[in-house]
Amino acid sequence: MAYIDSEAAVKEVSVLTPKPVRKQARLLRYIWFNRYLYLMLVPALLYYLIFHYIPMYGAVVAFKDFSITKGILGSEWAGFKHFEYLFSQDKFWQVIENTVVISLYRLVFGFPAPIIAALLLNEVRVRLFKQTVQTVIYLPHFISWVILGGILINLLSTDSGVVNNVIKLFGGTPIGFLSDESYFRSMLVFSMIWKEFGWNTIIYMAALAGISPHLYEAAVIDGANRFQRLLHLTIPLIRSTIVLILILRLGGIMEAGFEQIFVLYHPGVYRVSDIIDTYVYRIGLAEGRFSLAAAVGLFKSLINFALLVLANWLSRRMGEQGVY
Amino acid sequence: MHYTSRAGKLFDSFNIVCLAIVAIVTLYPFWDTLVVSVIPLEEYLSSSIHLFPKQITFEAYTYLFSMSELWKSYGVTLFVTIVGTALNMILTIMAAYALSRPGLKGNRVIMFLFVFTMLFSGGIIPTYLIVKSLGMMNSVWALIIPSALNTYNLIIMRNFFTSLPDGLVEAARIDGCNDMGILYKIVIPLSMPAISTITLFYAVTRWNDFFNAIFFISDKELWPLQLFLRSMLFENESSYSGGGDSLFLLGPSIKMATVMAASIPVMLMYPFFQKYFINGVLVGGVKE
Repeated sequence: MAYIDSEAAVKEVSVLTPKPVRKQARLLRYIWFNRYLYLMLVPALLYYLIFHYIPMYGAVVAFKDFSITKGILGSEWAGFKHFEYLFSQDKFWQVIENTVVISLYRLVFGFPAPIIAALLLNEVRVRLFKQTVQTVIYLPHFISWVILGGILINLLSTDSGVVNNVIKLFGGTPIGFLSDESYFRSMLVFSMIWKEFGWNTIIYMAALAGISPHLYEAAVIDGANRFQRLLHLTIPLIRSTIVLILILRLGGIMEAGFEQIFVLYHPGVYRVSDIIDTYVYRIGLAEGRFSLAAAVGLFKSLINFALLVLANWLSRRMGEQGVY
Repeated sequence: MHYTSRAGKLFDSFNIVCLAIVAIVTLYPFWDTLVVSVIPLEEYLSSSIHLFPKQITFEAYTYLFSMSELWKSYGVTLFVTIVGTALNMILTIMAAYALSRPGLKGNRVIMFLFVFTMLFSGGIIPTYLIVKSLGMMNSVWALIIPSALNTYNLIIMRNFFTSLPDGLVEAARIDGCNDMGILYKIVIPLSMPAISTITLFYAVTRWNDFFNAIFFISDKELWPLQLFLRSMLFENESSYSGGGDSLFLLGPSIKMATVMAASIPVMLMYPFFQKYFINGVLVGGVKE
């Protein structure tokens, strides 16, 4: 077997292939030979079935009048009633608008941040300094939103937060960063970038580390200066990574950050910060209108999926590889 | 490579200053939290920028650690983190190993089924109803089982296993080792960097878990740390002004002490693991 070089043989080489037997028995014998591998997959398969695929089917509850006593299967069908009701509600459209607007802000300001940070880090030649900065900027990623929420309130509070104290020192009037509608979204976007930009540099750092030093040497010999090397070598070489991340971000445009907003928002800023997920939580869990909440959730999933497919298609048309 | 031009040197200095500022801005909020948690209220109210504490008091911590609710929630979170992470790792390693075997019949289909859940989901309400009908509401298992596996981590693990040389597995197989033995004796010992990283990811997610708790836990006795913290930070606002008791006087310090108590375990674990992902190669590998 070791001397066979065809692709098929390479593929088969690591699982024992039983001797050819009668066709019907072959599959069973194959499974028996690899029984441990299949057994190892069983827990994961059960997990995905119960917590992902059954809920996918359970989304039909959006087309039913759910009652707790009858369960998902026993409840009466309601057709598109819940969707029609939602689409006629101003509140629903406001929630959609908030979600999309907050997401787009995050995309516009948050997407370039890690790319710039990674490119700057890549130019640092003092290794210890580079690693220290990396260690520091990765840290907030590992801290929960509840903790960061507490930290933000401490920093930004109107009566004694450090930021407002500095504003007062310079003779300004304190700003209600977290209580004023006109600042709240900016704070959401800013704190999200603060938490995640460092961690998001990782994938670009990996792409940058994968560039062969020979290319830079060749460029130096050709007389390219540092800026030209960045523009004509580094950026084109990490372009596919940038496109890939962009597709994934577009596919997540309906995710505006549930935990962050849930921790920071309050009725005073609902008008600008109530997003799909917080809305689902309130009407589903607090008000118990499960079918209506499920309809909102399903609507969100479908839009996300459509956006992902669209972004992937566009990227392929532009000659880049897609996510799938 | 050497850059000797003056513009190059200028850029280097500028770059280092920029990154240093970014690092300081990232760290400062944590520092301020620590300072506020240890200064007395008078100093908090009188100094506008308390960069360094003039006086240090641990009153806030003494008060906090005397709360039985804190210890209860620590207990719940510790249990969920240890048992949950162990379950995560067992499921992830087994599935990733099976899926990393080239040519195993059906593994492409299974992989697709797993990855598809990242692209489309039924939403949280159906999941909530499933958990409810499984009778897991208000039990620690609701915090553990519905997040028993993370597809992203599964992919990283599978990619790492795929990158191991096939010859090792083959040699063990010829020596009569079955797949269980190969995984336990050969693949796991060779994969410690990946296993450490993924363990950290799962453990931190478990420690920080808030989402599952607000959906599945309403019983205060079972509140994990993050829910306790949230109630300390945001809900007890009114009880502070109840009337001149010590809690009111300690207000901001107590809150920040709670923040420290919830984040210190993560910060202590972090330095031991960060060397595994500092180069980003492992996590960046998810692309393939």
